[in-house]
Amino acid sequence: MTPLPITIETLRKTYGEFTALDDVSLRILPGEFLTLLGPSGSGKTTLLMALAGFTRPDSGRIVIGDRDVTRLAPNKRDIGIVFQNYALFPHMSVRENVEYPLKIRKVPRREARDRAMAALERVKLGAFADRDIAALSGGQRQRVALARAIVYEPRIMLMDEPLSALDKNLREHMQFEIRRLHDDLGITTVYVTHDQREALTMSDRIAVMSAGRIQQIDAPQEIYHRPRSAFVAGFMGEANILAATDCRALDGRPMQGPHRVMVRAENFHLDRSACGPEGLSLGGRIAAIAFRGENWLIHLALASGQEVMLSIPSRQSEGCESLKPGQDITAHADANHVHFLAEEAA
Amino acid sequence: MTRIDPAVSATADLRRDLRRETAFFLSLSLPALVLVGLCAMLPILWILRQSFLTLRGTYTLSNWEKLLSSDLTWRAIWSTVELSAGTLVLCCILGLPLALALASAPQKLANRLLVLLMLPLWTSILVRTYGWLVLLRRDGLVNQGLQSIGLTDTPLALVYNFTGTLIGMVHFMLPLFVLPTYAALRDIDHNTIRASASMGASLPRTLVSVVLPLAAGGIRSGSMIVFIYTLGFFITPAILGGGQVNPIAIRIERTLSTFQNWGAASALGILLLLLVALAAALLVGVRHLLSRRGGHHA
Repeated sequence: MTPLPITIETLRKTYGEFTALDDVSLRILPGEFLTLLGPSGSGKTTLLMALAGFTRPDSGRIVIGDRDVTRLAPNKRDIGIVFQNYALFPHMSVRENVEYPLKIRKVPRREARDRAMAALERVKLGAFADRDIAALSGGQRQRVALARAIVYEPRIMLMDEPLSALDKNLREHMQFEIRRLHDDLGITTVYVTHDQREALTMSDRIAVMSAGRIQQIDAPQEIYHRPRSAFVAGFMGEANILAATDCRALDGRPMQGPHRVMVRAENFHLDRSACGPEGLSLGGRIAAIAFRGENWLIHLALASGQEVMLSIPSRQSEGCESLKPGQDITAHADANHVHFLAEEAA
Repeated sequence: MTRIDPAVSATADLRRDLRRETAFFLSLSLPALVLVGLCAMLPILWILRQSFLTLRGTYTLSNWEKLLSSDLTWRAIWSTVELSAGTLVLCCILGLPLALALASAPQKLANRLLVLLMLPLWTSILVRTYGWLVLLRRDGLVNQGLQSIGLTDTPLALVYNFTGTLIGMVHFMLPLFVLPTYAALRDIDHNTIRASASMGASLPRTLVSVVLPLAAGGIRSGSMIVFIYTLGFFITPAILGGGQVNPIAIRIERTLSTFQNWGAASALGILLLLLVALAAALLVGVRHLLSRRGGHHA
């Protein structure tokens, strides 16, 4: 089955005074894995629920393939959803849960059983088919929910923070598994999360949302290295937003150019020679320093009072062992890693 | 002096603590047990003994012989079951949609509607029953209304019969059916309903395959309350039945007030008790049958 594109045009949804979706427009490519990333209240779940048909937008249009589904009932949209709390049917066994969408499609009993078993095998739960939902762990329930969503080969897959209830190791494992499942099936997938690392790991493209708008939509590397706003920079990892007045160029002269720059914690060096000819220097006092295994983490207090995070890899510790809180140091960053931010109205 | 192994003595201490805790929790339920024992079990045993006594106070089986061989008894049992089953069916037909509507209403509105639903429970059943008499009798409001809009020429017999009794009983029992059903419906994870819809199920299909099975516990509780409660109903059939409806409770009263026959009345009472126990056992049996696979409704 050929995957379908999704087009969202100026979608708007308000709840009283609160604007959940502020004229959102978005084009999702056929077969793409797109992640809606943002803090709670940013509108990402509202957008997903509008795609699913559970939230009626105030205005705008949703087109799946070449079909306008804006006013179509959820059960007519041919979508698969994986919910945060899995939403499995507790009164049915694992297999009955997975067979349910096939029964609704009036698939013959024999075929439904085979397809359900195949879907369960795919998520490595074949041996659990006759168990009760109550007898499964969180990770296993997650897999049942996945099997139930893929078994009827929906045209669109929507996932609402499906991994947030799992512990860290399992979550990271499932990220790869879901992505592999997507690559196998090629279903256009919209994935909602507030975990930036999850978004980076899984997505073809990430749409960073806040205040009911898409702030930036780009490939993971693009979003991470070239955030277009302070919000995106701040949301994607430990980014330091610096006022140009606090920094100096590497040669000691005052900084030229725009007012604000972004430097990620891991791009600072204590060793000047680690940077090229162009870049930025930052002087401050160590507020706190901690060894964290793969890196040293330093909170650097600037004269302006701002605290900047530095992350120095432990394999090139650059003298971190001898540093103590209260010491004055200078951190450097290469020009390649100094990202100028556009001015924002906010 | 023998040396005591500290580990052994610690285990013994822990076991003693556990025993004390168990005894403490048992003692908490003691007042309730005493109350039930004195106020329920003793009178029942007394009635059981009465059913084997003659009017003069000697032991006999004649009360039971007469009772079980009498046509009236079987008719009373049938009438009782008919009333209870009828009330239950009507409560389901009227109560399920009501509970569904309440459960899908916004919480605030639902709370207000629930108060309205429970309002009748604060009124004496006697008052309400006489209220129905006023409404349903030949020249009552309902018949006047039906005649004035031309639905019927002659007044309908809505009271002093089975119909009237049923109306009164359904009115009384409906809130008691709706409340547990509503609570069970409210407890359903909304996402399971959405999941069902996303997989292509229509609303009626979701209702039958997901919502009602998940609310089965509440519906069962409501049914149990309605059926068992109505088995012993007296006031409503006495007032609205007009002598046409004679369930066991009415027969007991008549046996006592007309014939002063404590033995026969006691036997009837025990019979009613057995009927209630049977109904409860059946309903519990149905539940086990439904959750054969077990573990779902834990």
